[in-house]
Amino acid sequence: MKRVAVIVFPGSNCDVDALVAARDAGSDAYFVWHRDTTLRQADVVVLPGGFSYGDYLRSGAIARFSPVMTAVAEHARVGGSVLGICNGFQILCEAGLLPGGLMRNARLRFLSRPTWVRVEQTDTPFTCLYERGEVLEIPIAHGDGRYVVDARTAAELEATGRVVWRYVRDNPNGSTNDIAGVTNAGQNVVGIMPHPERRNAPALGGQDGARVFLSMEARHATQHAVDVRARDGRHLRV
Amino acid sequence: MSAFRVEVRVMPRAALLDPQGLAVEHALHALGFGEVAQVRMGKHLVLEVKAATRNEALARARAMCDRLLANPVTEDYDVVVGGGAAR
Repeated sequence: MKRVAVIVFPGSNCDVDALVAARDAGSDAYFVWHRDTTLRQADVVVLPGGFSYGDYLRSGAIARFSPVMTAVAEHARVGGSVLGICNGFQILCEAGLLPGGLMRNARLRFLSRPTWVRVEQTDTPFTCLYERGEVLEIPIAHGDGRYVVDARTAAELEATGRVVWRYVRDNPNGSTNDIAGVTNAGQNVVGIMPHPERRNAPALGGQDGARVFLSMEARHATQHAVDVRARDGRHLRV
Repeated sequence: MSAFRVEVRVMPRAALLDPQGLAVEHALHALGFGEVAQVRMGKHLVLEVKAATRNEALARARAMCDRLLANPVTEDYDVVVGGGAAR
């Protein structure tokens, strides 16, 4: 059972969903307030979606200076797993823990709708239970989701397998190379714009996102490699 | 110590798509302002900075831009202190 710290910023609004999704996957998940300076022995840190500090200045620009971010950066530095979802992804980019940045959607509108993403990299703590090339239906809910990087960094991300998810069918926000999620050089810090925690059970319209959380549990499991603690098997692939 | 009025202009990187600027440009064209092109939209911040000299105010304002006010990945900035401009 992994200890999963879900960071709560003023303006986070997917924190409960992320906590529940982690608990459904069998994790010992708990909240950590952004002013705290300790992660309480977390194995995994999740920065949830929302509108931290009202997205003032730029999405994630102010949250990245919250006191807890020093501990998050240290956790990442020593190889600890960190997942940023939507606003969490924006915060990780602003903090320099992931390359690139997120800008206003190319067609300006805030978009809340399903998207389809292809899993491009399975060697991360959040995708190890997926198969490369799988296409998932996971919803987005963002206004600033256009991932941009300079051409050199984009080429490096592609060459080193650091694009984790890519939009297929259509690119909702105009992101570089249809990127929906990336990882850092150590492949322990991952950011994703779509919301896997909103698709982790049939009652939510699908469970394509469940294995993001089940992967956290399965990763590095020494004795329980097969035991992913699915509840009544409902997270297992059909 | 005196207080300097510092103006910071933050603009999206020239190489990056600026959908807001493009929308404004289209609106201007629709209103008959066909002569306009290359509209780009950014942010304008006005700060009051206490410093001993104008140069110190400029250096501090630049540090603020590097740390917080602009994102070096996506934006460029200009800083103007008092009446004169400096880049």
